[in-house]
Amino acid sequence: MFVLIVGAGRVGSAVAKSALAAGHEVSVLDADPLSHERLDAGQSESWEDAEGQFTVGTALEVEALVQAGIERADVFIASTGGDNTNLIIAQIAQKRFDVEKVLARVMDPARAGWYGAQGLQTISPTRHAIEMFESALEIQPA
Amino acid sequence: MYAIIVGAGKVGRNLARELIVKGHEVTLIESSRSCYLAIEEEFEHAAQYGDATELWVLERSGIQRADLVVAVTGDDEDNMLVCQVAKEKYLCERIIARVNNPRNHDHFRMLGIQPAVSATDLILRLIEHEVPRYGLVHLLALEEERLEIIELEVSEDAPTVGVKVAEIALPDGSLIISVLRNGTGFVPKPDTVIEAGDEVLLVLDTGLEEALTAFFAPNGQPV
Repeated sequence: MFVLIVGAGRVGSAVAKSALAAGHEVSVLDADPLSHERLDAGQSESWEDAEGQFTVGTALEVEALVQAGIERADVFIASTGGDNTNLIIAQIAQKRFDVEKVLARVMDPARAGWYGAQGLQTISPTRHAIEMFESALEIQPA
Repeated sequence: MYAIIVGAGKVGRNLARELIVKGHEVTLIESSRSCYLAIEEEFEHAAQYGDATELWVLERSGIQRADLVVAVTGDDEDNMLVCQVAKEKYLCERIIARVNNPRNHDHFRMLGIQPAVSATDLILRLIEHEVPRYGLVHLLALEEERLEIIELEVSEDAPTVGVKVAEIALPDGSLIISVLRNGTGFVPKPDTVIEAGDEVLLVLDTGLEEALTAFFAPNGQPV
């Protein structure tokens, strides 16, 4: 599978590394050139030597998405630091480029819930944290 | 009318002021604390502090009963999200979005966010209007209705010079609605003869511009 990950923060870079290790083709797009260091950290060889791709650019720029290979992506992961950016670029991937599987990280459970109901697959770390706290306290979710 | 304005920068603030003067009810939402404190002095209860991309902030401001939502923050993703949610979740009938980076205009369109206003595009349009060497001026574009009104200056070499309006076989879906000659405009009759230097106003289906340019300004430079 060809996996395109936008946003190489803690989540994006970790998923990128495990996807590459699992044998997938992985391309990472991030506006910050220094975010590349996270892809190399703790690895025995560099990201490029391991055949990972890295593109500097913002995901709202269609050229950057194309350069990062969105036209042949099977999976698109939006994991930038901004909920709204993730929601918008995920819709670009889904509607403009017809990427088959699109996932967006959305911290705000409310936005994650509504966009989820509209057919966008959202992952809300905040929601998971709330549920885990609730279950640690043995509270039934409201 | 009840209007919610998101983003209290220069645009948002002045819009709010104008709408209030015209007697409308307005809520101005601003997410920066320092900016909010500055506008709160002027707008009092009409100013609200919060991130309008949070659904509860929109709900607190009464989005369910808003007639108009205007998103004019400096961030295009935020403007797109606010408008999309206003339109699709809260079924607000009228939305207006500001486009900061004109390269993002397509994204607004793709998400069905219309009208989306870009200062760059507006100024470009004014330049088109002010600089006569461009043969064609867009006066109005009704994107959803797929209609436009354009203005063309009739060049010396145009095939329509000296021809009666009734004899000009314009493509289907286009019509001359007015002729501007020597500074005055009039609605042409079938026997009105087109002259070089006339400015003709045409209403047309989207996509007919090039065909019409060939009639009135074959060597103009449509923009």
